Order: sequence, then structure tokens, then C-alpha cells
Amino acid sequence: MAMQMLPPNWPGNFWAHWAIFAVVILVFVLLMVMFFIWLERRAMAVMQARLGPNRAGPFGLFQPAADALKILIKEDIIPARSDKLVHWLAPVVAFVPAVLVFAVVPFWGGALLADLNIGILYVVAISSVTIVGIFMAGWSSNNKYSTLGAMRQVASVVSYEIPVVLSLVGVILLAGSLSMQQIVAAQDIPFILLQPLGFLLFFTGALAEINRAPFDLTEADSELVAGYMTEYSGMKFGLFFLAEYAEALAISAIVTTVFLGGWRGPLLPPWLWFVGKVVIVFFVIVWIRTTVPRLRIDQLMALAWKFLLPLALLNLLITAAEILFWPAVSLWVLIPINFAVMIVLVLLWSRLFKLGWGKVEV
Amino acid sequence: METTKTKEIVINTEPFVVNFGPAHPSTHGVFRMRMTLDGEVIMDMEPVFGYLHRGLEKLAEERTYTSCIPLTDRLDYLAPMSNNLAYCLAVEKLAGIAVPERAEYIRVIIAELQRIASHLCAVGFFLNDCGAFMTPVLYMLRERERILDLFDMVCGQRLTYNYMRVGGVSQDIPEEFIPALKKFLKEMPGWLDEYERLLKDNEILLARAKGVGILPRDLAINIGASGPVLRASGVRWDIRRADPYSIYDRFEFDIPVGTAGDCYDRYRVRVEEMRQSLRILRQAIKDLPRGEVRSEVPHLIRPPIGEAYGHLEGPRGELGFYLVSDGSIAPYRFHVRAPTFINLTALADMMRGWKIADAILIFGSIDICMGEVDR
Repeated sequence: MAMQMLPPNWPGNFWAHWAIFAVVILVFVLLMVMFFIWLERRAMAVMQARLGPNRAGPFGLFQPAADALKILIKEDIIPARSDKLVHWLAPVVAFVPAVLVFAVVPFWGGALLADLNIGILYVVAISSVTIVGIFMAGWSSNNKYSTLGAMRQVASVVSYEIPVVLSLVGVILLAGSLSMQQIVAAQDIPFILLQPLGFLLFFTGALAEINRAPFDLTEADSELVAGYMTEYSGMKFGLFFLAEYAEALAISAIVTTVFLGGWRGPLLPPWLWFVGKVVIVFFVIVWIRTTVPRLRIDQLMALAWKFLLPLALLNLLITAAEILFWPAVSLWVLIPINFAVMIVLVLLWSRLFKLGWGKVEV
Repeated sequence: METTKTKEIVINTEPFVVNFGPAHPSTHGVFRMRMTLDGEVIMDMEPVFGYLHRGLEKLAEERTYTSCIPLTDRLDYLAPMSNNLAYCLAVEKLAGIAVPERAEYIRVIIAELQRIASHLCAVGFFLNDCGAFMTPVLYMLRERERILDLFDMVCGQRLTYNYMRVGGVSQDIPEEFIPALKKFLKEMPGWLDEYERLLKDNEILLARAKGVGILPRDLAINIGASGPVLRASGVRWDIRRADPYSIYDRFEFDIPVGTAGDCYDRYRVRVEEMRQSLRILRQAIKDLPRGEVRSEVPHLIRPPIGEAYGHLEGPRGELGFYLVSDGSIAPYRFHVRAPTFINLTALADMMRGWKIADAILIFGSIDICMGEVDR
């Protein structure tokens, strides 16, 4: 079924499809990650009144390649009294899930590795495996900063999974399917308009899951040096770095697919729409990073449990009620209603909500 | 006999010790904090310093009074002009040397510019510690750059100025200095307003800094804290007013004070002080007289036997130099009252019970400079 939207001369063979997409995904992820590293450094530089990398290649475009080369020939230091096997395995465990997510992300109609009928469930499940790698890194490094960073990461991911998944359920209700392909197909109106609150909650939660600012406590450079990867060097550090950006790419791709209408768009070729939207989402992530300070760990927890979770539940309730009681109503009518609901709820909850617990008596 | 009492689940947590520093991104140099942590909560903190000790006080005893001035540049490298000035004030007091009118004005202009430059750094790095990734600090360094350019004009240096002299300043300000300063004075309030718009009511900054790391008024006075740290705790104490040195009694300015003594107040006080410094600068360039910039001072100063303590309101607090003369060309004893060293003594009290992230913030809000702490 998925093949129907493809060009007619597409190799229909199962294994050929599998092999081609395995390569496409790897190339896409690696190229985009390199581009993202450049984009982040360059965009941040512009926002911070400085120049950024501008020596290697045009506009410094080859800087990530140069960095990769440098990191490859660096010495690989394994700290004494570390758990060597776990230390070695951790970057792999962290990196692989970030790439695996792309197995179900449609670049084009039908152009995806596997159109799983539980696509979005797969994404949620796989993307949370990364923290196992991060915790392994933190534990095996035999370093207190690493352990603290890893503990923070586990705590935040466990908390943020819940609002993230709940905010996705609203989309699933609207699309009537768990398949990523079907979700895109259902978006005649991008779901960001129909689910503005869901988008906000998902995006916030996702930022915490991939530990980008303002939730970057795991590797809070001003507190924990580099968090879980303090003791990593050489290509192992490189893998963590790659994993981090691959996760950011994965989140951008998921946001694009689930909320922004995936590859769909007028005039331009679909893959260009997809890549363009992914880049825009990532740019917003970078923008947030340069703008806001970091939250504290208890404030992070408070935000997840007291702010995001109740709102995600309410969002789910309202969406379900809308679908149940007005199944025939035009979706265009729901847009202003949902926006109004979002504004009222967010404003109301910000009044009720308090960040953090303050001082502990010792 | 078995009892039906329900068992309580007790999770035993063990405190553990983490060394923050001496090489840590947020210790502003080579400061070391031995923290006893219970999870994320700080149970105790022991400051360890001395990693940057260079024996400056002893070195100074081997040098003539004039050649001690470059040493003072190396104390608080974020505000060398203030150090220069404090030392010169002490020597002038010791030897009874008068300073020409124009030199006094130039000194005030330079010292206030230095205060702005130092506070820009302090606020910027405080926000950096807060987790705002480099943006505020880079914006503020951009403005600090303008001040460094001005200093470059007057003395040809950007870090270790060596500009003040006993009995005046080393050279007169160049012609292009005043127009450049006027331009800076015109633009700076706009930049400050911009930062205020971006940061003053920032939700995350308020959540992170308000009520955190409170230094109570009594404790602040008891430990001898000074500068913005003391004023944020609500004590209206500024040497420029309390014991006017140079010509500060001629200028109109307010002393901003905080109420709560938390990190947010310390940040606010610094921002307000920058505005007050701009006010002083405007008055100073208006009245700047013509004339000599350096009084007749012998090449080798031999102050009479005695002692003197010269102090001023540095960007970080009361910066004082205590000099003992035995009548020779070198000080017999040279002591620095380093404000940040004394402000640091309250650190453990401020940190206890807060989390690691707060500790970094509290530490950043004191605004220390290791060159001065370790000397």
C-alpha cells in the first residue's frame, strides 16, 4: 500500500527497498547532523554578536568535517577503575536509537524504511532507549559529575516521557492511526493548528528529553562540566556528540511529521518540504538555546508533573470530547476553539503553578 | 512475638564529597569547593584557595613605591584601574602628596568606567552561570570592549593598565578621548535598557535567582562584606559616600540597595550601579578642568616612617591597601584588603541547603576574581 505513492519505476523488491533506505537514512542522518552542527554554531554566533566558524570552506561549512577528522585522530582515554565494557558500549547504545527512529519517518509519500502500523509507538519506545546509553556512560565513568548528570537525565526523561506521549495521543485521535504515513496523510490542515496545546507540550517535553536548553541539566556546562560525557574523549565523545544532534534531528523530524504536515506542501518537491521544515524546527531549538537560562532540577520536575502533565491530560480530554461529540464538524471550526483553549489553559495554569521547592534544611 | 506494625521503608542516603574545581568551568579561575552533597542538596561546603598565590604582598616589599603599581594590576584583573587608584591613594596618604585637580577628575572618570566594565563582566558571567548559554556574557563583553578601547586610548593597554601614578596619572587623556566617551555615554543607557527588557522579568531568571542564596543583613555586616554583596542585603554603605576619597563629594549619585539579599538583588544592584556610574561620568566630563595631571613627585618616594590605609569603593567592594613605611624606598609591609576574599567567607552559609545549580549561581553572584582572592 505504501508503495502506491512512489514513482512507478521504483525498485519494488523488498530487500532492495530495505537496503536503499538503510543507506539513505544513514547518509541523511550524518549529513544533516553535520549541517545542524554548522547551523547551530553559525546561527548562535549571529545571535550572540560574533562571527562563528568561517574559515573551513564557504561560510565555514566544512567546519564539522574538520572537527570530525580531528576527533577521529584523538587519543581515546579510558579512566582508571572505570567499567571498561560499559564505558565502551555506552556511546553505541546512545547513538543507535537516535538513528533507528528514522526507520518510520516518511521523507516522502511512501519513502520510508518501514511503514509500521504502530509507527509513533515505535518512535516513543525507541527514542527513550538512548537514556540507557547515557546512564551507562554516567555510571561507568567512575566520575561524580558523570553520575550526577546521568541521574538528572534519567529523572528528567522518566518524567517527560509521560506528557510527551500524552500530547501525542491527541494527534493519534485526530488522525485515527498510529502509522506515521497515515498521520501525514490525515493532515490536510497541519496538526499544529488543530493541536496547538499538544504541540507546545510535545515540543517542551521533547526539548527536555533531548536535553536542549533550557532543560540541558544533564550536561550543564556551568555546573557539571559536561555531565555524563565528562570522561569521554576521541571518537567515543564524537559518538555522543553525534547522538545528541541525531536526537535533535529525530525530534525535529517527528515534530515535522506529526505536527507540521511532514512532506506535504505546495509547489516544491516533497523531500524539500520535509527537509525545510526539519531545519526550521531545529532553528527554533537553537533560538531557544541562545535565549533562555537553565532550569534547576527540581524546577524541571515541577514543570513536568505540575504543568505539562495536567495540561496534557486536559488537552487529551478536550480533543477526545471534540471528536466524540462533533464528529462531523469542519476541522476549520476547531482551530479557533483549540487556540482559545490553549491560551486560557496556559495562562490559568501559569497562575496556579510554582516552580521548584527552594531550600532544604540540612 | 510478631507485631502487626507496618514496616517503614527507609531509604538510606549517603552523603558524598565532590570537588568543584580548581579547574571547573564556573569557578572563575582556580577556586575549589569541597562540597558534601546529599543527592543534589549541598550539606556543607569548604572553600579551598591559594592555587593562584603569587606572593604579591611579599614581592611588593622588594620594590619601590612606584614600581609596585604594575603589581596591583595583577590583583583584580577585571578592574585594574581601581586597584591602581586604591594603591596610589594609600601612598599619597602615607607620603602626604597632593593631586592636581585635573588628575582627580580623570581618576574618577577612569574608575567609574572601570566599575561599569567590571559590573558588565559580573552580570554577564552571573547569567552564564545561570545557564543562559553565552548570549548575555557576549553581549556585555561587546560593551566592555568599548570601555577597553577607551582605556587603550589613555594608556595603550587593555588589561594591565598601569595608568595611575602617585600624585596623579601617568599621562593626560588624548584629545579624542572625550568625544569617544561622550558617544559611549550616549549609547550605553540604551544597551542597559535592552538588557533590562530581556532579563529583568525573565521567568526562569526569577525562578532561579529570587530568594536563592540569601545573605542576611546581620551576617553581611558581621563578616565585613562590602560592595554590591553588602548593599544587596540592604545596607546603605558605599565608601564613596561613607568616607569620600578623591573628589566624590562633588558628584550627585544614589546608592542602590537591595532588600532581600538574594542573588537577584545582587544582580539588580550591579545594574543600577552601572546607571549611577554613568551619572557620575556625565557630571565629571562636564566639569573637567584644564591643568597638570601629575604633581611633582620625586623619582624614588621616601615616605616618612609611619603607616597608612587607603581604600576606595571598588567594583567588588571595599578595596584597601595598608602600607607601613620604614622610611626607605620600598614599603616595609604591603597588605591588600581584597573585597572578594572577605565576601567569600559567607559562601558556605549562603550555599547550605541549596542545590548544586544554586551553588554555582550563588558563587557567580558574589563576583569573585581569583587574582585578588589568592594574591
